[in-house]
Amino acid sequence: MELVCPAGSFPALKAAVDNGADAVYIGFKDDTNARHFAGLNFNDRKAMKALDYARQRDVKLFVAINTYPQPEGWERWRKAVDMAAELQADAVIAGDMGVLGYAVEAHPDLALHLSVQGSATNYEALKFYQQRFNIRRAVLPRVLSLSQVKHVAQHSPVDLEVFAFGSLCIMAEGRCHLSSYITDESPNTCGACSPAKAVRWEQKGEVLESRLNGVLIDRYQEGENAGYPTLCKGRFDVADHIYHALEEPTSLNTLELIPQLKANNVKAVKIEGRQRSPAYVEQVVRVWREALDSYARDPQSFKADPEWMAVLANVSEGTQTTLGAYSRPWQ
Amino acid sequence: MQLSIGSILFFWPRETVYDFYQRMTQSPADIIYLGETVCSKRRELKTGDWLALAKELSGSGKQVVLSTLALLEAESEMKTLRNICDNDGLLVEANDMAGVQVLSEKGLPFVAGSSINIYNARTLQVLHKQGLKRWVMPVELSANTLGLILKDAARLGFADQVETEVFAYGHLPLAFSARCFTARSRDLPKDDCQFVCIDHPEGLAMRSQEQQPVFTINGIQTMSGDVYNLLPEVGKMAELGVDVVRVSPRISDMEILVKQFKSAMDGELTQIPVIAAGDCNGYWYGDPGMLTVPA
Repeated sequence: MELVCPAGSFPALKAAVDNGADAVYIGFKDDTNARHFAGLNFNDRKAMKALDYARQRDVKLFVAINTYPQPEGWERWRKAVDMAAELQADAVIAGDMGVLGYAVEAHPDLALHLSVQGSATNYEALKFYQQRFNIRRAVLPRVLSLSQVKHVAQHSPVDLEVFAFGSLCIMAEGRCHLSSYITDESPNTCGACSPAKAVRWEQKGEVLESRLNGVLIDRYQEGENAGYPTLCKGRFDVADHIYHALEEPTSLNTLELIPQLKANNVKAVKIEGRQRSPAYVEQVVRVWREALDSYARDPQSFKADPEWMAVLANVSEGTQTTLGAYSRPWQ
Repeated sequence: MQLSIGSILFFWPRETVYDFYQRMTQSPADIIYLGETVCSKRRELKTGDWLALAKELSGSGKQVVLSTLALLEAESEMKTLRNICDNDGLLVEANDMAGVQVLSEKGLPFVAGSSINIYNARTLQVLHKQGLKRWVMPVELSANTLGLILKDAARLGFADQVETEVFAYGHLPLAFSARCFTARSRDLPKDDCQFVCIDHPEGLAMRSQEQQPVFTINGIQTMSGDVYNLLPEVGKMAELGVDVVRVSPRISDMEILVKQFKSAMDGELTQIPVIAAGDCNGYWYGDPGMLTVPA
């Protein structure tokens, strides 16, 4: 399985390449990608440098152009696709049908991957994108169980990539407007969820409050670990009971499922986190490289090494991990 | 402009559903969407029941459209989708690209529901070429963006061949998950959910710890905490070229709501009622959806 790693900056890209990525994915410095954060991403000069660094080490470079252009922004998305083609990127990762349509018409040789933002959770949807846009690969939303992934893989006209590790979207990607309901930005429209500009922290006596555009997302007692107020990971009141009504702060970790993913014909595993530091990327990529190599050497006796799991738990949200939709209580 | 009643997004008892549609056939609505769009475990009405009901209602002089599931994961759900698409003669609303694929392969016309991501005219054109007759604008888009999309569609030469529908009233469908949040609220696993959604005919309020309504839990769907209400905007919709105004079913007062919308659309309401306290309309103005912007 190919190990696809995030690069939000050139140092992060180097960390990914040097620690065993088979492919890295980047975004350009605007709202054409789903990690549109200040200080992140690549302009054309940096992207060229990134490409050189990756190519010299036989690592592929993918470009994420995976948000949904609105009429006023169309030119930026068109330029992003042209730029990726000019760079001769190994693939463009896109979700919008307008963008995919433009890419396949203007640059028929440019390989296209359907972004997780395209929200294709079944093989009929994959057929649509394959037949109309000749996509080569699709990234599956984090909503499927293992048996569902297997079923999709058996009928899919294209290669499949699944999320391996990182922040966990609890909602089907590409179809979540929670962030724009509270703030004015969402992943689809702006490439941002629970944007930093809307976050406010308030210390009230011994209680620390996190707010998103004024809406109270969580309250922390002294000594409690306070997490970034991603709105689906706060504590809310449902029927007079205050709890993580949608999801706990936690990261997805599928490392122990490597044998099953491989058996189900998954072609690539993806590490989330273009917004993360080079040190994070280095640790996570190194562990996953070791795990995949260990599996390749001796598939029969593959076991998730507790040391690997400890490293991954340590860099996870809330220092805990989950198998997400792969675990039974979700289904 | 025409008035539509969207599919019932909540889980209601069988008799409540039949009674609702009985009453709606008497309402001034022009179009009725029906079918299960949220969760395949909701089977108070089975697919055959929905198909039979749709047939029956189509005799009432209203356009009847069958709506399909928004998040398809299992083969059984694909089978249901194919059954619905194989119905003879009724228009289908695809709420997932699987529906678009199945319908376009058959060469059948379709409506693209609000969970199909149409954010620009090029995407709309791609789908128009596959058989799209009508689209429901994604709920997070604004009036301004809608105007620009329709202008681009005119420039691309197909604007007059597609109808535009706007979700104008009700709790907004905002997200879909593998996880069932209603079951989670009762500490039940999803595969033994005991169909508890039926206890919440308008979903389950999810408030902040300061009691501000934030979202509404509806099984695997998360909806807006407040009701979205574009009643005062129907005039603007007509100007923009909107063809259909959608009202989403609520458990009570639907007749009054439908009448009010119809009167506003016909210009008969001399004084458009101010939107109810707590209703929101932010998205329409390009603001956070939860906000209430004075008309």
